[in-house]
Amino acid sequence: MRDKTTGNQKAGKPVPFRGGGFLPKPKKIIAPIVFIALIAFWEWGSRTGFIGPLILPAPSEAFEAFMNLLNTGLLWQHLAASLQRLLLGWFSGTLLGIIVGTLIGLFSLARSGLQPLVSAIFPIPKIALLPLFIIWFGIGEGSKVATILFGTFFPTVIATYGGIDNVDRGLIRMGQSFGLSRLSIIRKIILPGALPAILSGARISAAIAIILLVAAEMIAAEYGIGAYILIAGSLMATDQLITGVAILSCIGLIFAWVIGKAEKYFLKWRA
Amino acid sequence: MDLSLRHITHRYDEVEVLRDINLEIKQGQIVCIIGPSGCGKSTLLRMIGGLERPTSGEVLQIGEPPADCLNPLTYIFQDFALLPWRTVEGNVSLALEDHALSATMREEIIADVLARTKLADFRTAYPRQLSGGMKQRVAIARALSVRPAVLLMDEPLSALDSQTRELLMDDLVDLWEKENYTAAYVTHNLAEAVRLGHKIVVLSRRPGEIRDIVEIDMPLSARTGENSELESIQKRLWTLMRDEARAADRELLDAR
Ligand SMILES: Nc1ncnc2c1ncn2[C@@H]1O[C@H](COP(=O)(O)OP(=O)(O)OP(=O)(O)O)[C@@H](O)[C@H]1O
Ligand SMILES: [Mg+2]
Repeated sequence: MRDKTTGNQKAGKPVPFRGGGFLPKPKKIIAPIVFIALIAFWEWGSRTGFIGPLILPAPSEAFEAFMNLLNTGLLWQHLAASLQRLLLGWFSGTLLGIIVGTLIGLFSLARSGLQPLVSAIFPIPKIALLPLFIIWFGIGEGSKVATILFGTFFPTVIATYGGIDNVDRGLIRMGQSFGLSRLSIIRKIILPGALPAILSGARISAAIAIILLVAAEMIAAEYGIGAYILIAGSLMATDQLITGVAILSCIGLIFAWVIGKAEKYFLKWRA
Repeated sequence: MDLSLRHITHRYDEVEVLRDINLEIKQGQIVCIIGPSGCGKSTLLRMIGGLERPTSGEVLQIGEPPADCLNPLTYIFQDFALLPWRTVEGNVSLALEDHALSATMREEIIADVLARTKLADFRTAYPRQLSGGMKQRVAIARALSVRPAVLLMDEPLSALDSQTRELLMDDLVDLWEKENYTAAYVTHNLAEAVRLGHKIVVLSRRPGEIRDIVEIDMPLSARTGENSELESIQKRLWTLMRDEARAADRELLDAR
């Protein structure tokens, strides 16, 4: 059946389309193309002298420096030293942060006692405290790990209790109405509800960890990507400097990728 | 098990919300609570289930709940209150996990309630994959799984479209025919109240007092289609409610 008034006349024009858009979708091939194009342009600029060798070394030179690093085996020594500090500091900072954030999120005493303290210490650049850390924890690994630990601890605390504060009170009341124990409510309702916020906090703290790693290694370290960059800088070896920075960027990308995988796995219910 | 509300009065800071509520909820009876918006119906229901303490007065439990009952006073919420990170069976299982049940027992209960609410095919679906009516059926399945002595429902159907509401209403009636559950049912919808209630409590505007209690003797199974007796009751309830709502509006005007 069709509406009698339509179909016969063919006067009028179609309604202009005004919807769509505002929905950027990632296209997989674009990113590599942008990267390759940029590096190719850079290489071309260096070869033709358009970019002076003092201003920026050619990508091929940086790559040579990287191969050199690889062949001498120094790469692994630097990487191992850095990753160890990074993982140790980030892991313990995040873990402690989640614990303290949960306490602040759940208990009035912890909230009134610790929240002002966290707000007061969070904005202090931890790099400024590095000399103190060296006095407290020694010039060796201790102070470096401590810097990263402190730097990642505070954002994690804030992300965690913020996430807990945002858990739907209705769900908690539902848990109580079914007579769930306090522990069950925390484990099965509050923590899963805060997990999205905790994971996005982890993303931020991972970036902070890398920044602080380099800062800490620049003070006193024999090995480590930061130390490598520092030495390259003081020798004006810009090719090595670029190599070091690229390695840091890769570490950051890998971290982000791992956290992205974790989000996909733990938050698959969101989709 | 019966419930008895004695002199329930409640205030939030200076605002008196409920005043001297006395009410009996007898076993096997569905008590509907209606009243203008903001008169304290939800608050009253939270007190019946022990989620909130009245300023004065008490809710008494008379007699023991059946021995196999896991959670005597069980809610069904307006917004379903399902955990989005758990599947259908996970949400039902949540209510059972804190009780000492063997894994096979738990599995049996879950399978049974999901079959009764026609959700067996959706065991592993997440809430976001379900329609509103199905979500509320999951919440009903979860409530049934703990074999409640009294069901406490706060506008369980008002987040749903009218067709789904009709269907779920039939489900609630069928279920009552089979199991004779006891319930306190808060609603805005007078048609729901006369369809389901053995006893309809009309609350006044805030502070909520009992304006009237209407008992309907007609069996639930007979309350279908056109029914002049029910219609006249519904009309009477509407007159009561309308006067309260008007008076409440006028008070708001005066307060300005
Ligand atoms: N936690 C609270 N703190 C302070 N006031 C509250 C609180 N909960 C409810 N109230 C007030 O108590 C009154 C009754 O609220 P309640 O939610 O019980 O009403 P209701 O009858 O369920 O209304 P509705 O029909 O709109 O659901 C309202 O005026 C509300 O503002
Ligand atoms: Mg309400």
